[in-house]
Amino acid sequence: MKPGFLAKNPSVLAFLALLALFTLAVTLLSTAYGAEIVSTSMVKTLGKTLCLCLIAIAMDLVWGYTGILSLGHFAFFGLGGYMIGMWLMVARTREIVLASAAGVLPMTLQELSDAIATQIFGVVGSSELPAIWHFAGSLPMQLIFVVLVPGLLAFLFGWLAFRSRVTGVYLSILTQAMTLALSLYLFQNDSGLRGNNGLSGLQNIPGLAADQDHLSVWFLWASAVALGLGYLLASFVTSGKFGSVMRGIRDDEARVRFLGYSVESYKLFVFTLTAVIAAIAGALYYPQAGIINPAEMAPIASIYLAVWVAIGGRGRLYGAVMGAAFVSLVSTWFTGGRAPDLTLGIYTVKWVDWWQVLLGLSFVLVTLFAPKGLSGLVDLLAGLRTPWRGGTPLGPDDGSLREEEAVE
Amino acid sequence: MKALLEVSGISVSFDGFRAINNLSFSIGPAELRAVIGPNGAGKTTFMDIVTGKTRPDEGRVLWGEKSVNLLRMNEAQIARAGIGRKFQRPTVFEDQSVTENLMMALKAARAPWKVLVWRPCPADHARVAALAAQVGLADSLTRKSGELSHGQKQWLEIGMLLAQEPRLLLVDEPAAGMTLAEREQTTALLVDLAKTRAVVVVEHDMDFVRRLNCRVTVLHEGSVLAEGSLDHVTADRQVIEVYLGR
Repeated sequence: MKPGFLAKNPSVLAFLALLALFTLAVTLLSTAYGAEIVSTSMVKTLGKTLCLCLIAIAMDLVWGYTGILSLGHFAFFGLGGYMIGMWLMVARTREIVLASAAGVLPMTLQELSDAIATQIFGVVGSSELPAIWHFAGSLPMQLIFVVLVPGLLAFLFGWLAFRSRVTGVYLSILTQAMTLALSLYLFQNDSGLRGNNGLSGLQNIPGLAADQDHLSVWFLWASAVALGLGYLLASFVTSGKFGSVMRGIRDDEARVRFLGYSVESYKLFVFTLTAVIAAIAGALYYPQAGIINPAEMAPIASIYLAVWVAIGGRGRLYGAVMGAAFVSLVSTWFTGGRAPDLTLGIYTVKWVDWWQVLLGLSFVLVTLFAPKGLSGLVDLLAGLRTPWRGGTPLGPDDGSLREEEAVE
Repeated sequence: MKALLEVSGISVSFDGFRAINNLSFSIGPAELRAVIGPNGAGKTTFMDIVTGKTRPDEGRVLWGEKSVNLLRMNEAQIARAGIGRKFQRPTVFEDQSVTENLMMALKAARAPWKVLVWRPCPADHARVAALAAQVGLADSLTRKSGELSHGQKQWLEIGMLLAQEPRLLLVDEPAAGMTLAEREQTTALLVDLAKTRAVVVVEHDMDFVRRLNCRVTVLHEGSVLAEGSLDHVTADRQVIEVYLGR
């Protein structure tokens, strides 16, 4: 009578098993721990892809399930990256400063902090740590900020937007304006986050003697664990009555209101929760990327996110993961210059230039002809297909008997 | 007997058009009432105001023993206070199964964090099964509600309304698109429900209203034209002029 959580969500077990297999396989093929077949940069790419899959799950929750087309979730992703990046830069710079001052008279705390500030902010012509860097020396504080800062931003933004009942395309435009405003603000040198230089050198983890070969595998595992937990959380959220309400809001929010659910609170809850998931994904992504700058938060990034989820298949968690993994890996391949040019007699298609066109085209085609996206392939494999019922409906609705059925 | 819902002196206009004009209306805790009137008489706007969808320009709407002002509440709060609404067009969540639809409507905590950890207990499953049986959908619990026929969707929506356990039901043209047999079933159900709670039925169909055998309120141009038994109002000269005589 009461099937368990896993029985009701068969995709969870399969997903976690596949994820574990994948991570294990990459580890065994990596330079650091195995056969040296997968290069360290490839391990990093795969690790980053797992983070992108995690933010795709967040996007699927907010868009595929709740119907809020947010075009600003990369703002939260970037903010999460900035928060962890601040600690990485300060801690790393402190190590360098201390190492270069070794043997000389010991520095006072003030001298140390001045030297760190000069090192970090010399590039934007400043030698003082801005106030927002106050806690940057403390890892626990910055980890809390990874969740807190994007969470609060999402909460405030969502509260204002949803309370005024902004929906549909207007909300999409608002979220896009938010991420654009944030990235433009961060581009300024006096924003306190090094302007367009962004934060760099994030791939070096202070206090760890490990080399990049090992670090990349560790981050791959951390990303995989985060993705697994994110998937579990998302399936928990979507499986019960909460999931019903989310899908109800997507399909007919007025009706949900008349059932007594406060639609605005639900939207705010989902928006904030997904912003936090996005931020955690970002905090794991940027140490692998090594650099973060405000361009990462440009609206185009969030639009790509929507494209991934649409191509993967909205309203299914594994669809979002498939879309993000497939499109971002293929995109890496095409834009990396490794894809062979296509010679068409008089014209040679260079994929670096034409990839965007191909992506745009496949987005349009998927939207038109395969609304289930890549995850529709899973249905094909599982033998699940909408039955062909033949004939035209005899009644006013899709559900009514059709000609051929009525004959039987 | 104190009124369950008391609407007094409400007016609302859209772009200069007065949809509701100084309307007053009240209904007791266990009463069946039919609201009739020609198109544009303000029947649906009246329901919109009571359920919080539309804000009136003036007037008050008081609810329950404590005379709570409904105008200060939003749709969700009003629904939680015990007012259920059935729309003219059947609106069920087509992407979800009959069980999911009913579970969502079932009377329970509505706050997000409570819903998040809420899991149905055997009693809830039993209640859903009973409701489905009551509206003739016992065999369709696992079907997607989008597959149901038009009449079945109507019934599912009625089931969802019952699951909410409202004290006042606002029912907009329940018989639309139903067969004769289904209409009779609906009438019986509404009459039965009105024994324990207040039911307001908006209807066009005079035969249907006659079968309900209850007090009738006639709306015209946003205010009450006549009120009383169906025979009484149909004998009213004004009513004949604006509505029946056309």
